[in-house]
Amino acid sequence: MSMPISGITTGQPDAGPAPALDPVGPGVPAATAAVPGGAASALRRMTTAIRRNRKATIGAVLLLLFVLVAIFPWVIANDNPNADAFKPRLGVSTAHLLGTTAYGQDMWAQLVWGTRNVIIIAFTAGLATTFIAVMVGVAAAYLGGVWDGALGVLTDVLLVIPLFPLLIVIAAYANGGGTLVLILVITVTSWSYTARQLRSQALSLRRRDFLEAARVRGERPLYIIVVEVIPTMTSLIVACFLTNALYAVLFASSLQFIGLGDPNTVSWGTMLYWAQNNAALQTGQPLWAIAPGACIAALGAAFALLNYAFDEIGNPALRPLRRNRAKRAR
Amino acid sequence: MRYAVRRLGFFVFTLWVALTINFMLPRLMPGNPALAMLSKYHGQVGPGTLKALEILYGINTSKPLPEQYVTYLHQMLTGNFGTSLEFYPSTVSSVIGSAVWWTVGLVGIATIVAFVVGTWLGIIAGWRRGGRLDSALPPVFVVTSAIPYFWMAMVLVLIFGITLHWLPYIGGYDVAGDTPAFSPTFLSDVLRHAILPAAALLITTVGTWILTMRNTMITTLAEDYVRMARAKGLPGRRIMLDYAARNAILPNLTGFAMSMGFVVSGAILIEYVFNYPGVGYMLLQAVQSEDFPLMQALFLLITVAVLVAILIADVATALLDPRTRTAA
Repeated sequence: MSMPISGITTGQPDAGPAPALDPVGPGVPAATAAVPGGAASALRRMTTAIRRNRKATIGAVLLLLFVLVAIFPWVIANDNPNADAFKPRLGVSTAHLLGTTAYGQDMWAQLVWGTRNVIIIAFTAGLATTFIAVMVGVAAAYLGGVWDGALGVLTDVLLVIPLFPLLIVIAAYANGGGTLVLILVITVTSWSYTARQLRSQALSLRRRDFLEAARVRGERPLYIIVVEVIPTMTSLIVACFLTNALYAVLFASSLQFIGLGDPNTVSWGTMLYWAQNNAALQTGQPLWAIAPGACIAALGAAFALLNYAFDEIGNPALRPLRRNRAKRAR
Repeated sequence: MRYAVRRLGFFVFTLWVALTINFMLPRLMPGNPALAMLSKYHGQVGPGTLKALEILYGINTSKPLPEQYVTYLHQMLTGNFGTSLEFYPSTVSSVIGSAVWWTVGLVGIATIVAFVVGTWLGIIAGWRRGGRLDSALPPVFVVTSAIPYFWMAMVLVLIFGITLHWLPYIGGYDVAGDTPAFSPTFLSDVLRHAILPAAALLITTVGTWILTMRNTMITTLAEDYVRMARAKGLPGRRIMLDYAARNAILPNLTGFAMSMGFVVSGAILIEYVFNYPGVGYMLLQAVQSEDFPLMQALFLLITVAVLVAILIADVATALLDPRTRTAA
């Protein structure tokens, strides 16, 4: 887990020192420039872009792999992940690809079946968080005035209160309520960062002609926001989803790791929790902790790579240079 | 000046929000967690403490909510956080006092080193666009940014602690063979215990600084005044440092404050893995033993620390950048 590395924060084409607390910088949003043209064509442009950018391709393939494993875990792991069916602390063998835990569970089965929990959290929490961020960010920018002020302050406050301690406190009071509680808590607390980015872009759209036209036609604000503004911002919304999904994975795994999830769920974070509780590293079972952590990192990297690639696509200045151009630039 | 006042107002407002969240949470949660906590510790703590806690959490009291709230705010603002249950009969303040310095030392030093090293590498990577450093670093750090802090800590423990036996990996000092004192042996012991946790924090945070700095460097290098400096034939080093880096560092400074929240979350998890006797480890201990007064106070402490860091960065930005002064 790290601070929002994604270039979205960092692009800053306007290069002005952003006013404090404005990670994007006023005006020009970093991710893709908004081109009116509807969600469908935006998605088509994105798939082409993903195929052309190597980082994006790697990220997309990794993500697809994890999603497939989450949907069809039985294809590669037959054992019941929760059954204490085997001898504890077995080593690596063909029968147990990663050995067994101190409770006699097959580690490979736990790892494979645990993918589902993480993917569910990534996508539900990621989507829900993005939904709130879009609603708050776009509404603030489009409605302006008092609304913008109120929603802006709400966003800023949530942005600076340290999220993880807050998550810990809420989860502690909720007394480890399982996956649904994790998703809820993460969604409620972590939308502010992307809401800010979306607000910046929506602000830059406000005075565009096609929106003026809609207003002149007499469309209601809700219609304009949903039908005119949001489709124009598809690329940034997808980038925000990637950021939110990455955080959801890292936050949820961290909470599960420190025992604030449901310890009976099969998931990577819970595996790490049991590994830590049984001192797996010290008792010669490093794979128990290393394998799920590596999976979290790989899934997180998939989201991060896609996100970074999106930034490069949207902000040509950040793309890797070809050698000869590099020389000329100097 | 107006800018500073506005930031200060925001600081106070955010602090109030954090305090209010702290007050509302135990009262809003289903199943009354505070009651469960009190029944767990019933008989272990004195009746006076129990009564004080009941008032703090609004149990068995006929006082209306607003009155409870005022009492609560008064207690918090006067630094009265109540009695810790796990470390009964110590007060929460005294328990925290012993943990704070460990965290300040570890996290403070690791963060400053990460910021300086990361910014420096970012300057060089952005300046030598397309060079070896520039093409190698971004993809590497995109991947490391996705590594969970605690897992990086566990990997370091496994390699340098358990396999190679190079460094200690439990606690802040050797509890069995050492007594805390201002002696060279004790201090070097503390230092040796801090190396692995600090390294874990450094590795997981440095990438952010490199990437942000590199990216702002690149956009700054495209500015007209940099082109002007090139046209004048100034030496490259001077352009890099005085023209580009000086301007590019401001957004990074803002990012520094913003990321304090993430550094803190990393520190909590890393302290947990290393059983490091700091604030983060204590927070998780408080959570596990349902010591809610201690947990709440630690949450507030961490929040205040982060808010102060942001305020300092704001003031620094205002001092360094004339544009913020006029813009606000």
